[in-house]
Amino acid sequence: MRPRRPAPPPPASFCSKYASRRSVLAHGLAFCTVPGAAPLAAQGFAGLGTEASGYAAPDRSPLVFPRDHGAHPAFRIEWWYLTANLTDAAGRDLGLQWTLFRSALRPPDPGAAEASWQVPQIWLAHAAVTTPERHLAAERFARGGVGQAGVRPAPFAAWLDEWRLAAPGADLPPRAPTPGTPLADGSGRAATASSAPPGATSTGAADDPGTTGTSGGDALDRLTVAASAEDFAYDVALTAEGPLVLQGEAGYSVKSPEGQASRYYSQPFYRAEGVLRLPEGDIAVTGRAWLDREWSSQPLADTQDGWDWISLHLDTGEKLMGFRLRDRARAPFTSATHIAPDGTPTPYSDGALTLTPLRTARVAGRDVPVRWRAELPAQGIDVTLSAVNPQAWMGLAFAYWEGPVRIEGSHAGRGYLEMTGYAVE
Amino acid sequence: MTRTALAALLSHWRRRPGQLATLLMGLALATALWSAVQAINAEARASYDRAAGELGLSGLDALVRPGEPLAVVDFVALRRAGWLVSPVLEGRVAVGAGPPVSVLGVDFLSAPPGALPAGLAGLGEGEEPALLFTAPGVAFAAPALAERLRQAAPAGWPEIRADAAVPPGQVLTDIGAAERMLARPGEIDRLLILPDQPRARPPLAEVAPGLVREAGREQGEIARLTSSFHLNLTAFGLLSFAVGLFIVHGAIGLAVEQRRGTVRTLRALGLPTARLVALLLAEVVVLALVAGAAGVALGYVIAAALLPDVAATLRGLYGASVPGVLSFDPGWAAAGLAMALAGALVAAGQGLWRVARLPVLEAARPRAWATVSGRALRRQAGAGAVLLVAGIAAPLVAGGLGAGFALLAGLLLGAALTLPLALSAALALGAARARRPLTQWFWADTRQQLPGLSLALMALMLALAANIGVSTMVGSFRLTFTGWLDQRLAADLYARAGSGAEAEAIRGFAEARGAGLLPTAEVEARLDGAPGTIRGITDHPLYARSWPLLSSAPEVWTRVARGEAALVNEQLARRAGLAPGDPVGLGPGWALPIAGIYSDYGNPRGEAMVALPALQARFPQAVARDFGLVAPAGTGADALRAALVAETPLTEGAVIDQAHVKQISLAVFERTFAVTGALNVLTLAVAGVAMLTALLTLATMRLPQLAPVWALGLTRARLGRLDMARSSLLAALTFAAALPLGLAVAWALLAVVNVEAFGWRLPMHLFPRDWAVLLALSVAAALLAALVPARRLARTPPAAFLKVFADER
Repeated sequence: MRPRRPAPPPPASFCSKYASRRSVLAHGLAFCTVPGAAPLAAQGFAGLGTEASGYAAPDRSPLVFPRDHGAHPAFRIEWWYLTANLTDAAGRDLGLQWTLFRSALRPPDPGAAEASWQVPQIWLAHAAVTTPERHLAAERFARGGVGQAGVRPAPFAAWLDEWRLAAPGADLPPRAPTPGTPLADGSGRAATASSAPPGATSTGAADDPGTTGTSGGDALDRLTVAASAEDFAYDVALTAEGPLVLQGEAGYSVKSPEGQASRYYSQPFYRAEGVLRLPEGDIAVTGRAWLDREWSSQPLADTQDGWDWISLHLDTGEKLMGFRLRDRARAPFTSATHIAPDGTPTPYSDGALTLTPLRTARVAGRDVPVRWRAELPAQGIDVTLSAVNPQAWMGLAFAYWEGPVRIEGSHAGRGYLEMTGYAVE
Repeated sequence: MTRTALAALLSHWRRRPGQLATLLMGLALATALWSAVQAINAEARASYDRAAGELGLSGLDALVRPGEPLAVVDFVALRRAGWLVSPVLEGRVAVGAGPPVSVLGVDFLSAPPGALPAGLAGLGEGEEPALLFTAPGVAFAAPALAERLRQAAPAGWPEIRADAAVPPGQVLTDIGAAERMLARPGEIDRLLILPDQPRARPPLAEVAPGLVREAGREQGEIARLTSSFHLNLTAFGLLSFAVGLFIVHGAIGLAVEQRRGTVRTLRALGLPTARLVALLLAEVVVLALVAGAAGVALGYVIAAALLPDVAATLRGLYGASVPGVLSFDPGWAAAGLAMALAGALVAAGQGLWRVARLPVLEAARPRAWATVSGRALRRQAGAGAVLLVAGIAAPLVAGGLGAGFALLAGLLLGAALTLPLALSAALALGAARARRPLTQWFWADTRQQLPGLSLALMALMLALAANIGVSTMVGSFRLTFTGWLDQRLAADLYARAGSGAEAEAIRGFAEARGAGLLPTAEVEARLDGAPGTIRGITDHPLYARSWPLLSSAPEVWTRVARGEAALVNEQLARRAGLAPGDPVGLGPGWALPIAGIYSDYGNPRGEAMVALPALQARFPQAVARDFGLVAPAGTGADALRAALVAETPLTEGAVIDQAHVKQISLAVFERTFAVTGALNVLTLAVAGVAMLTALLTLATMRLPQLAPVWALGLTRARLGRLDMARSSLLAALTFAAALPLGLAVAWALLAVVNVEAFGWRLPMHLFPRDWAVLLALSVAAALLAALVPARRLARTPPAAFLKVFADER
């Protein structure tokens, strides 16, 4: 079954350009859907395995908020990635995605003008809505230097055009904020394991005032997310019901045995409430949302061609983040973080999590696994994930699969699945 | 047997290489002219299709701030409000010694893919985004300009890439590089509104007050406007092809006649007729393919040579951008070959038919082509008369350009068919008046030859008539156009303001100097439902004095100045059937009575003129950017120009004097007809060749007719001179028939085709001096064509004459 609505045609010129040049953006995930284009095998997909000379390398320094909610232009790629599992009044499973990607075309030049067309930063946004019957997706592009797109740490606002993930009522700065400059108030706090629970920042904790620009909580605690396209739009309020969670080792997430890594933290505890505007009408929805923040300069090894990534909201209140990086040269590299209902993360390194494809579907000329088994014995998790809509194909300039899943087995619940690098046959 | 027969048939060509060359050349020429026209048309159409598919920057609606550039913050504000817009920054910049270069800056990231030239290689595979989007950037230009810029580009310019997809004279680059090249940081000229917009957006007035939405140029307009031009070219191509076919017909007919003996012998030796015809057919096919291939190659060369002129014409006349470089399309090459093949078969048909019906035992006497009886002549002339009548009736019955061309075709073909009868009648008249025996023989013999020469003479007449018609049309147009330019370009200087500040500077300057000022503004609008332009003018006595009105109502200029009436150009008036006093729709809810109709040559679109304040009341974006300046008494235009450039921020390029505008307009005009002229000359040349082949054909067959005259005492040299005289006489008679036909063609072009194609009617002027030249040329061509056979005749050994009597006949 194909999506009823054909995917929006990618701007072919840029698509092929980026794909061929392997510069770009991406969620580690995206590569171009030029018909017949082979996956960029030689360099890992979407160029994420390419040499990153001149860019900053991820280190293990403490993350500081709200500063690190903002952009890190010295790194090559970065994203603000929100997914939401929603239900309408009839109990239908629905999905929502809002993603902002930043890609540096070259390392920032300290002497260059900060506001100009020629600032070497490109932004890309993806928005999608998935229902059991259809999957609607759209994308936008923007130059980095004029204010068309950007991220301000506090009050938090991430935007591209009118697409926005921002604190309610926040006005946008007139132009792009100066990248990388410290906040005026100099606030920010290392989210190290000094406070319990280890690895989690106790956002909203009454004993920790003044750590953010908002009253008593993190800048990401209350947000609204909005996007609109030709055939759909949404407007959803997000309220965090738990702390930020640092992935990997205090936000340092290893991606390969060679040590490729990224900085990675999440806010998986959003309660979501809002409206999806679809061709058939407006739908009031509620549910759970998960925000991922990640930046790096060379997150993948050059033999890694794609990945399968999950974020699961289990009915027990636990959360599970896991990914499997497929490798041409050896067994997949897996990683997982189990998140207790109070936000306590337990990272698991390669091999602890097993992800097994159970069934594939024909999607956009590819065989893509849409039913999976996920096993994390250390936490007694053994579940089956099945796509709400197997045709949740993001047929954009960088095409990938991203959609909501239902969870059955040792635990029940809902989550999001993302798969990249599946080649056209 | 077959091989022997083939060798026997082919040996003919070995013995007469000149004849083979004529045949091949005729067919190649005909194919070449036809393919050249097709190639040019195909190239132009392909570029229109590309343009239509691409939308093009001008095809999209855009947001502008009247009189001022926009800023990047406007772009950002609209984008953040959900208006998907893409910035454009344009300008001209001087580079080195050559003409200024126009720079087009777009945001390569947000520009709609269809708005950029398709096939812009640099934006596809293989360009580093980092190079495109960051300093110094990458710019694309047509190869010639790219070469020039590489040597002369100022420091800090982007890297120049040659790309044939970019229109000549333009540099396409990212807006980040363009704002530096034009020294206009942070400015935007217009914001294109992309075709696909999100579901809901706040109204424009809320997001960006003060911005005005400008309608994009309608798609498909270029193709519609230029269709007449291409039809013109096609008609010429067909004419050349038809004339070329006369040559082929002559050459093949000659070959068949001369091989009668061979054919009879082969048949007598037992070769079946079918095989013989098949062999001859195969020969024709091979010859056609060889000549056709050469013709297509030659056509490509001709097209490539003519295309820059055609491209310049299309750009100057219609604003259509056609690359000056021809791409090879197998489609038209195949079509050219097919035309050559079909043409050769048609031309050979008669000869093959004759061979098929040749009685085996018929005496192999060489004879002139079948003597056409008077009845056949009359029948042909009757058909011609029918065609003439049908042609003349076409514009009366049906409208449109097609009817115009039907009229032309009817006139030309009908007249050509009646020509032999007319010539025969003229010769009979001559014979009736002749008293001396030799003169009587001369007239009778000329009449006897008429059937053999008639095809060539018809070709000659077609070429002559087309030549007279076209040159009369072009000449009339040139006279009218020059006079009209003098009237219309009454101001001394024309200045274009790039911004409101520059406009203010021009106003201040004119006031201080006491110079007359004629500001005008233009907006795109729908005039009586079709896309066109409304021009806003200010009241000035110069208009009443000089503006070329074709018809007007009383108090025309006063009423226009008061905003109570509009003027429309002839094109619009004709298209919409408007006359002074009728109302003309100038946009939604706005119509004004027409006070006058003005001639507007060279402009294919409808146009209306209203008072500037009235225009601005309806279209706030109509800001006067163009200014005519009239030098005060005692000041020369040059001095005024120098002062204007010195005292205002205007650049040299923004101020043009009247003489220069005229020069540019006339140059556009000349280029428009350069192609027509070239095709005209080529057609005439082809007709000359047709004449030559026909005479050559006849010369070899006329020996039996000449031998008795020679035997009676006329020298061979005298016979040769008489033949030359005969050719001149026929050419002169043909010219006499072609002249009225040519004038009729000119009238049809001016009064029917031009009106349909361009929307203007021109007065017809006559150019008797051109006719004299043409007469001299055609007689000279006939003499030249007769020279070779006449010399051959003069040198024919007496034995050959004697053999006529000795041989079995």
